[in-house]
Amino acid sequence: MPDSAIEIVDVWKKLGRKRVLRGVSLDIARGESIVIIGRSGTGKSVLLKHVVGLLEPDGGTVRVEGMDVPSLTVPELLDLRKSMGMLFQGGALFDSLTIGENVGLPLREHTNMADTQVEMVVREKLHLVGLEGVDRMRPSDLSGGMKKRAALARALALNPKIMLYDEPTTGLDPITADLINRLIRRLQQRLTITSIAVTHDMRSAYHIADRIAMLHEGRIHAIGTPAEIQATRDPAVRQFIEGSAEGPLLPT
Amino acid sequence: MNGTDVDPLERAPFGFLLGWLRDVGEVIILLGDVLRELPQGLRKISLIVQQMVAIGIGSMPLTLIVALFTGAVAAVQAAYQFRDYVPMIYLGTVIGKSVVIELGPVLTALVVGGRVGASIAAELGTMRVTEQVDAMETMGISPTRYLVVPRVVAATLMLPVLTIFADTIAILGGYMVAVLTMGVSGHTFTSGLRLYFHMRDVFSGLVKAYFFGTIISTMGCYYGLRSEGGAEGVGVATTHAVVASCVLVLIVDYLLASFLFRVVFA
Repeated sequence: MPDSAIEIVDVWKKLGRKRVLRGVSLDIARGESIVIIGRSGTGKSVLLKHVVGLLEPDGGTVRVEGMDVPSLTVPELLDLRKSMGMLFQGGALFDSLTIGENVGLPLREHTNMADTQVEMVVREKLHLVGLEGVDRMRPSDLSGGMKKRAALARALALNPKIMLYDEPTTGLDPITADLINRLIRRLQQRLTITSIAVTHDMRSAYHIADRIAMLHEGRIHAIGTPAEIQATRDPAVRQFIEGSAEGPLLPT
Repeated sequence: MNGTDVDPLERAPFGFLLGWLRDVGEVIILLGDVLRELPQGLRKISLIVQQMVAIGIGSMPLTLIVALFTGAVAAVQAAYQFRDYVPMIYLGTVIGKSVVIELGPVLTALVVGGRVGASIAAELGTMRVTEQVDAMETMGISPTRYLVVPRVVAATLMLPVLTIFADTIAILGGYMVAVLTMGVSGHTFTSGLRLYFHMRDVFSGLVKAYFFGTIISTMGCYYGLRSEGGAEGVGVATTHAVVASCVLVLIVDYLLASFLFRVVFA
């Protein structure tokens, strides 16, 4: 088994007319929690989608557990994804299913569990994210924070080894955001889940990260522990973490 | 390498033609994926039944209304053409044949193409732009198996069923107009209907309907799944799905008619 759970090697990607990633390289150790920060539109979510194989790089590659993601066949990729969970920015719950059905879907698709077992795991996962009694509700009946927590429960249904979080706390009230942060940290520590989170939320980043990487102009501009990032003298990183309009980063 | 590179397809002199060829290629790939996923997809009986109800039962009222008036108009127009030249016994013959061979399957396909093609494209398009399709792929669930196969199977099975109902109601519409407003006796109409009746005519109409069902659902799924850019993108996908369905239905109708009546039944 390789030491790195995820290796991002010189990834280039152009979307439409814009070259979003310009040679991103990043190694993530097994059990490590890394947070990618950066301004909107810098390609953080795009990078995340390369890890899970939703996008293919124009150049470079991504290896997950030693497997070269872009060269996997569709069945191999679908198989690899069973060991990964991803929390999408808007939750991406299926509108046509209830919350219970949403969380239970991966279990019904990939395991031979009986209905009662599935229901038990669904309740357990919903309990884990602090949701009770919402099994029969539709996603449209839930608030933004509840949707995100339900989506997190769904992503955790198959006990993934790798979790990807796309803006896990964006749009949440501070209390719910803190709940999500604690949950992410707990999952990483107790279950040694390798995780990548992309966020603008520095409070969240400091809370959940072993290392923080800043994506800027299509490359990893800076990387370090939360303490190193907080202490950095790099003007772009300082401007970003302080949330200042003045500095080398211009308004988009 | 810079941020203002233009897509080579847009820059090409016949960019629209290349775009069209790309669409054709991608649709063929999608159909290949559907065939590959079919054995697994067919196990999702509840999803297929759900789609059969939405496509079949849901489209029934509109299909029947269109069929009723199509038959009625066919009777009026045929009677006008026959006036003074052709005996009215042939009214039933003409209505029966034109409905069963052509009007029933094609008008049903156009109506269902508008209703179901748009509905599939809008639903899958919304799922695409809200990342629900990405979420499905991330969970290791094939969107082709889970979303496309049930819709294509359901539409392919339900179009012939809708066509049978449409044929029946259209002929009934023609019968009612002929008997109630033109003074043609019921016996004359039904005798004409039986005259030159061939089962191969019904068969050819139903064969067309199977193809139309596949076309409509495939177009809806294809354009829905490649939606991008939010509500506007979903709107564009819906329009493309309906336009492509209707055009392809008419083109395939011609090709099948040529094949069936010039080769198979010649």
